[in-house]
Amino acid sequence: MHASPPDQAAATTSSTLQGRGFYRQLVVRRQWILAALTLALCLSLCIDLALGPARFSLGEVIAALFSPEAVSPQVRVILWDIRMPVALMALVVGASLSVAGAQMQTILSNPLASPFTLGISAGASFGAALALAFGVVIVPAAIEYVIPINAFIMAMLTAFAIHALSLKRGVTIETIVLLGIAMVFIFNSLMALIQFFASQQAVAAVVFWTMGSLTKATWPKVGIATAVLVVVLPLLARHGWALTAMRLGDAKAESLGVKPRALRLEVLVLVSLLAAIAVAFVGTIGFIGLVGPHIARLLMGEDQRFFLPGAALCGALILSIGSVLSKIILPGTIIPIGIITSLVGIPFFLFLVLNHKKSAW
Amino acid sequence: MVTLTLDRLTAHYGRRQILSEISTPPLEGGRVVALLGPNAAGKSTLFRRILGLIGGGGSVRIDGATHERPLAYMPQDTGANAVLSVYESVLLARMQGRRLKVQAEDLAEVDRALHELGIVDLGERDIGDLSGGQRQLVGAAQALVQDPEILLLDEPTSALDLHRQIQLLSILRRLARERRMLILAALHDLGQALRFTDEAIMLESGRLIACGPTAQVVTPELLRQIYRVETRIEACSQGSPQLIVEGAT
Repeated sequence: MHASPPDQAAATTSSTLQGRGFYRQLVVRRQWILAALTLALCLSLCIDLALGPARFSLGEVIAALFSPEAVSPQVRVILWDIRMPVALMALVVGASLSVAGAQMQTILSNPLASPFTLGISAGASFGAALALAFGVVIVPAAIEYVIPINAFIMAMLTAFAIHALSLKRGVTIETIVLLGIAMVFIFNSLMALIQFFASQQAVAAVVFWTMGSLTKATWPKVGIATAVLVVVLPLLARHGWALTAMRLGDAKAESLGVKPRALRLEVLVLVSLLAAIAVAFVGTIGFIGLVGPHIARLLMGEDQRFFLPGAALCGALILSIGSVLSKIILPGTIIPIGIITSLVGIPFFLFLVLNHKKSAW
Repeated sequence: MVTLTLDRLTAHYGRRQILSEISTPPLEGGRVVALLGPNAAGKSTLFRRILGLIGGGGSVRIDGATHERPLAYMPQDTGANAVLSVYESVLLARMQGRRLKVQAEDLAEVDRALHELGIVDLGERDIGDLSGGQRQLVGAAQALVQDPEILLLDEPTSALDLHRQIQLLSILRRLARERRMLILAALHDLGQALRFTDEAIMLESGRLIACGPTAQVVTPELLRQIYRVETRIEACSQGSPQLIVEGAT
């Protein structure tokens, strides 16, 4: 503070290099991490495509991807019409659930928040169970879409119920989380009631649906889920700086010009849409919405410009690896992906959290 | 030059009136104004009312501002556990309402704010690892980096050691002069208000008790009435006024 002007100028230059240089290194490192995740995702996608009752080499998969006419029609049909929708669905659903979890954790300031915390997934399961057990059709549609539409409508109704209750005066973040937990318990009870009255066959179908499975993926379903993700991501990204500020607490965010309440409600609707679509098509796939964001946070911090794509890539990668594992653990059997993500994802997640020197939350 | 004028400003939470008809003459840029008053006098509420974060009657007039967002506000420290470095958290304050892409001038502003406050070495630290005092300096940097014309600081020195308190208040006074910025700071240390601020506003139970040059507001008579303490003011060896507290009444 008492330095002479030349000394002060020299100090400014050196401190500028320190500050700006550090930040630029941070940005470059995160760009490399994003690139590495993308590369790993491409590799996992190719392995996922190669595995199945008929196994292909990676070379065949790559050839079929880039010049489909170079491979036999049989290989082309297996890869493009059967395996590709399933493999891509893993990526899209993984990314959607992870982004939904990331933003719920951000806006609710709660490390345990995920699409399941607010009862969105439980609502979807209830909608699906109504169709599976009693043939209840909320909106008439092609038979293939009855269950997803039921699940989607119930998930969105749950989200809107939470949204409407959040608008009440005096409702805090903690109240929203409690409302979500109440929803989960309500739907769990209703599910138990359905299972009590339903036939044994229907109960089995409900249980299988709740385990989560990618095998019913088709190109149109992949298209719908992708379209929702592609629309929602930029809408979230445009609030990048404001969402990052939300992690400093409402008072600080408000002091920086953010309107926490309005932002929270907007993001709640967007991520509910993402989660509802994902759960409606593939059933309950647990922990992606919890693990994906935490891994992204450990890898690249919480600047949303990196955290948002990072969470999407981490979620997509975890579910893609889960899809690969679901095929190779028991050869000849595809284990429901929801079981794999829980069994493999959680120990891996615990390993990361317990071995990381910095606090992740 | 920027001026801030409060005209019969009121605020209420529900039916409870917190501020009643606060009016001030134009507070001019280039000056540091202390906002004084005992606990629950309405100091933080006045800041929030000026910023429009709570509703109420009366008006806040800002004249002569050249920026689109002339006001910056540093709330009382609440702590945060986000996974962000100090550098990022200051940049974040700069970038609110701007595009996602960071420009070189934004980084220059962050560097300048950190340098002004002498916390360049904290840049790489995680904000969750900071002490209360360090967080307070980072909070000041987050406000300064917005390059405001009017800076509102809510108890900016409450967690700082004596050396840092004097350092921060000296820096703020210098910046107010250099940048022709109006600084309105809620302070509990009346001695420091006397030494570092040009004007003072005294509140009690949401009412304006006095407003004017600090030496005319911080007087033994008013302090006895508002704070119920016996004080005297003496000039120190360098000529600046010193507040000596003799006891509570």
